[in-house]
Amino acid sequence: MSTVTRTGSITFDALSSSRRPGRGRRLVERNLLHYKVHWTIIVSGFFEPLFYLLSIGVGVGKLVGPVVGAHGEQLTYRTFVAPALLASSAFNGALYDSTMNVFFKLKHDKLYDAVLATPMRVRDVAVGEITWALIRGLIYAVAFLIVMGCMGLFESWWAVLALPACTLIGFAFAATGMAATSYMRTFEDFEFITMTQLVLFLFSATFYPLSVYPRWMQVVVECSPLYHGVHLVRSLVLGDIGPDLLLDALYLAVLGLIGLTIANRRLALLLTP
Amino acid sequence: MADPLIEARALTKRFGDFVAVAGIDVTVRPGEAFGFLGPNGAGKSSTMRMIGCTSPRSGGELRILGLDPDTHGAQIRSRLGVVPQDDTLDNELTVFDNLLIYGRYFDLSRKVARQRAEELLDFAQLSDRAKARVQTLSGGMKRRLTIARALINEPQVLLLDEPTTGLDPQARHVLWDRLYRLKQQGVTLVLTTHYMDEAEQLCDRLVVMDKGRIAAEGTPLQLIAEHSSREVVELRFAPDRNEVMADKVADLAERIEVLPDRVLLYADDGDAVAETVSQRGLRPETVLVRRSTLEDVFLRLTGRTLVD
Repeated sequence: MSTVTRTGSITFDALSSSRRPGRGRRLVERNLLHYKVHWTIIVSGFFEPLFYLLSIGVGVGKLVGPVVGAHGEQLTYRTFVAPALLASSAFNGALYDSTMNVFFKLKHDKLYDAVLATPMRVRDVAVGEITWALIRGLIYAVAFLIVMGCMGLFESWWAVLALPACTLIGFAFAATGMAATSYMRTFEDFEFITMTQLVLFLFSATFYPLSVYPRWMQVVVECSPLYHGVHLVRSLVLGDIGPDLLLDALYLAVLGLIGLTIANRRLALLLTP
Repeated sequence: MADPLIEARALTKRFGDFVAVAGIDVTVRPGEAFGFLGPNGAGKSSTMRMIGCTSPRSGGELRILGLDPDTHGAQIRSRLGVVPQDDTLDNELTVFDNLLIYGRYFDLSRKVARQRAEELLDFAQLSDRAKARVQTLSGGMKRRLTIARALINEPQVLLLDEPTTGLDPQARHVLWDRLYRLKQQGVTLVLTTHYMDEAEQLCDRLVVMDKGRIAAEGTPLQLIAEHSSREVVELRFAPDRNEVMADKVADLAERIEVLPDRVLLYADDGDAVAETVSQRGLRPETVLVRRSTLEDVFLRLTGRTLVD
């Protein structure tokens, strides 16, 4: 028998055999088993964007005059804010299960060690958890869309596409969240993620138009990820359709793919040493 | 002889500069109960993880069920059952759902997974706890559930890493009984342990591992016959006196070991040695004559005790 010597672990089977059908859905099934019992955890997450809509959109909106849209049209403040909160609901929803919960399963419960003793592979873990996290984001998006419908906050039939747009947002941030989580060493490190999440939520042209910022800030915001999600969803809901929306979608898709790749590699290093 | 289920040649595992497994040769045949005996840090768990296809080897050859883990890991894992050293149960799910979802990871249909989960709960004596959360189980129950989980795919080989570490004596005996039944059913068992009684109870054949190498290989009886005398006399003198007293009895035995708390005299007739010690008027605080065990083999081979 010949003797082989290997250096890295990246090329290990758990990662490399990428052409076989994935078992990521099994982890989605696992999470459904969990939330079937603990569904209240999911329900509470729905109220956050709703309360923002009622307090800021409706409440503060009474003090704020109309906002000028992209084509000079006059919009009520709640009509302007609602689509951004829709995008944020998918954003926040996707981060719930891709950050702290993944960390807990990874470091504390050693759940993935058990999963990888089966035919499941590292890639299945990454894809499965990211898929579940984006589904959770999507659940909030759908619930919020229904609320928006009831409040008559749609300006265009293009709003139908807000749902696939929210799926992209969910994918982009679930994957990024999981990639970032793979670098976390302790629960304290999550302050970094929580802080980033808050900054993105507040400053991505969520509550006021980009034009409020000085030019250099506009450039910074235009480069940041949630801005593209907000811009995409808001444009669809308001019916401001243009080629720039494709750029938003592309940005989010690429971000998601990069996140997935990093999460995959990092998990392989951590779980199959 | 049937083809080996596990075959390792010069199997090596390195973590950076640290060599955890330094080139071992192992062959496990169908139906055997095979053990890796050694202290913590001997390289047992690293070896088990390589066999379990969750850690790539750094060098050497490894075939499990005739396949290479580097290229057929998922396929091999589908026919293995793994009981890891730490319980890695799913704390967010019930006892029953732990088994159910594990079956699903192996692509069992829901129906089959449910059916097996019920059978295995019975086997693990946990049927009345089916709906309980995992956290509410005792250590012994968790261990039995982990073993039940490892059997959900009806594995050909069951890998057990320190199966009874941390359990009380009664829980250990229940577990040994379950493992013995599996062996009777033809399941190949591969286990690591640092308990010599466990190795003697369960293993047909074992290797003694130390510092990443195999120090000896054989059946428990062979190993004892080759590396130790038939009997051992344990003398316990007052603290700090063991070293001095050892000189006065050294001529009575084939071999002598001085441990911090006792002196071990290796001889074929232990009673005769004990008698002579008494005639010499040495008055140790306690005298124990016993048969040689794997612990003595390990001491002989490595100069150290198994559990420190």
